[in-house]
Amino acid sequence: MVKVKEKAIEGFLIFCSLLTVLTTLGIILVLASETITFFKEVSIIEFFTGTEWTPLFANKKFGILPLVCGTLLTTLIAISVALPLGLTIAIYLNEYAHQKFTAIVKPLLEILAAVPTVVYGFFALTFVTPLLQSFIPNLSGFNALSAGLVMGVMIIPYISSLSEDALRAVPKSLREAAYGMGSTKLQTAFRVMVPAASSGIVVSVILAISRAIGETMIVAVAAGQEPKFTFNPLTSVETITTYIVQVSMGDVPQNSLEYRTIFSAGMALFIFTFLLNNISFWIKKKFQQRYE
Amino acid sequence: MNNSQINKLKNLIFKLFAIFCTSVGLIVLVVLLYVVMSKGLARIDFDFLTNLPSRSAERAGIYTALAGMVWILVLTVLIAFPIGVGAGIYLQEYGKRNMFTNFIEINISNLAGVPSIIYGILGLELFGRFLGFGNSILTGSLTLSLLVLPLIIVSTREAIKAVPGSLREASYGLGATKWQTISRVVLPSAFGGIMTGLILAVSRAVGETAPLIVIGALVYVPFIPEGPMDEFTVLPIQIFNWVTRPQAGFVTNAAAAIVILLAFTFMMNGIAVIIRNRFNKRTKF
Repeated sequence: MVKVKEKAIEGFLIFCSLLTVLTTLGIILVLASETITFFKEVSIIEFFTGTEWTPLFANKKFGILPLVCGTLLTTLIAISVALPLGLTIAIYLNEYAHQKFTAIVKPLLEILAAVPTVVYGFFALTFVTPLLQSFIPNLSGFNALSAGLVMGVMIIPYISSLSEDALRAVPKSLREAAYGMGSTKLQTAFRVMVPAASSGIVVSVILAISRAIGETMIVAVAAGQEPKFTFNPLTSVETITTYIVQVSMGDVPQNSLEYRTIFSAGMALFIFTFLLNNISFWIKKKFQQRYE
Repeated sequence: MNNSQINKLKNLIFKLFAIFCTSVGLIVLVVLLYVVMSKGLARIDFDFLTNLPSRSAERAGIYTALAGMVWILVLTVLIAFPIGVGAGIYLQEYGKRNMFTNFIEINISNLAGVPSIIYGILGLELFGRFLGFGNSILTGSLTLSLLVLPLIIVSTREAIKAVPGSLREASYGLGATKWQTISRVVLPSAFGGIMTGLILAVSRAVGETAPLIVIGALVYVPFIPEGPMDEFTVLPIQIFNWVTRPQAGFVTNAAAAIVILLAFTFMMNGIAVIIRNRFNKRTKF
């Protein structure tokens, strides 16, 4: 009797783990099946090379490049904020700061990642954009710049915390050897510690990029809804995620071609982040230094 | 100036720059809180919490959004908690190091990186249309459950991993079966860690907006949901709706709702930190 119960419980636990696999399968199936139906009506070449995206207008054009462009632009701005800041913070906390200071500041910075993203959207739209407009008069009310900057601040903790973890995992002996040779802290950090922790740092950056690409609410609130094939950060753009939100909020009839665009756009988004996640996984496995 | 002095100077400059960088992160946080508070705090009163949504900004309240949030959270916890803890237990205690568990592990870390809006698309098709739950609370909770599952699984595994092997061996030595050992020895000592994970998952679910918009959660709900099949709205969606309106009164409303949302998020994270610290102190083996 006890044995039967044990087996039943184990069966339930296996089922729970399998649900995660089913989730992935479900995502791929849903996206793929709708995308295939979509490509029966829309040329796949137009989809990947067209520079106009107007599925909701009378004259429908299905080139996803403007959405990809908007997504890359906001992500690029975010990373150019988060990478230098996050990495410097990680080095500072690991190399310079007192241990107690690190123990307080690290969780404080992590609050940045816990704030709901719609709040950042509000912040970008009602505070950062007007602030920037006083320096840049021709900045439009919805723009990639302020959404990207705020998104950059949001992903700082992804880079700072994970990179600090990676730096901390480097054995003390390496650092002491550098000090013994007469290096300053700066030299130790950039010539010994950062190279030794490079795989962990790269992984943290890739995760942050993947997070920025999939981020929805900040760009939906502050970056606008105009798909444009441009890299000008001062105008409004539309990201893949914003487009999905736009269609979901509107009254597009289900099972129509317009409706199916959210699945093909979602597929593009999923493939992007899936690739990035797997690259980071691979780097972690392959390049992680093991110290005795 | 000799070489050594130049190096020391560079070191000092970098140190100052690093202090600046660290403070930028914290300053933005403070400014964000200040902006939200200064715009929204004065708007919060009892009526704001208990009024139904309205076309006039002064009379609009967040009652239905709060009710929807409570429904969503309760159902999400009921669904995600047993499954997440179950999967965590399996991977940590039962699973042997083989292809199967390796695959599941890779899969979970992949799921954790899938954008939340993609979960919305899955929920829309699978729960909303295929299973026919529509844009109900149930669809929302199921979708959010899948979203927070990786979080609960990972924190359960971490908590179980921290339980020393000697405790398990003592239990087996007394003749306990595997499940008896897990349910009476391992889980109680991993309780704090598991709860921390659950609370962080709830805090994540509270702030999620995009997946619920995609499954079709409504923006304007003039009634209180009474069952899991009812339509609903939640606080972040209400905020999103108000932010995108041109009238100034609604921006104030959005700020006020954000204050409440943030209070809830920070409270959850605070509780998680307290539990973690307590737990870490108490269980020293």
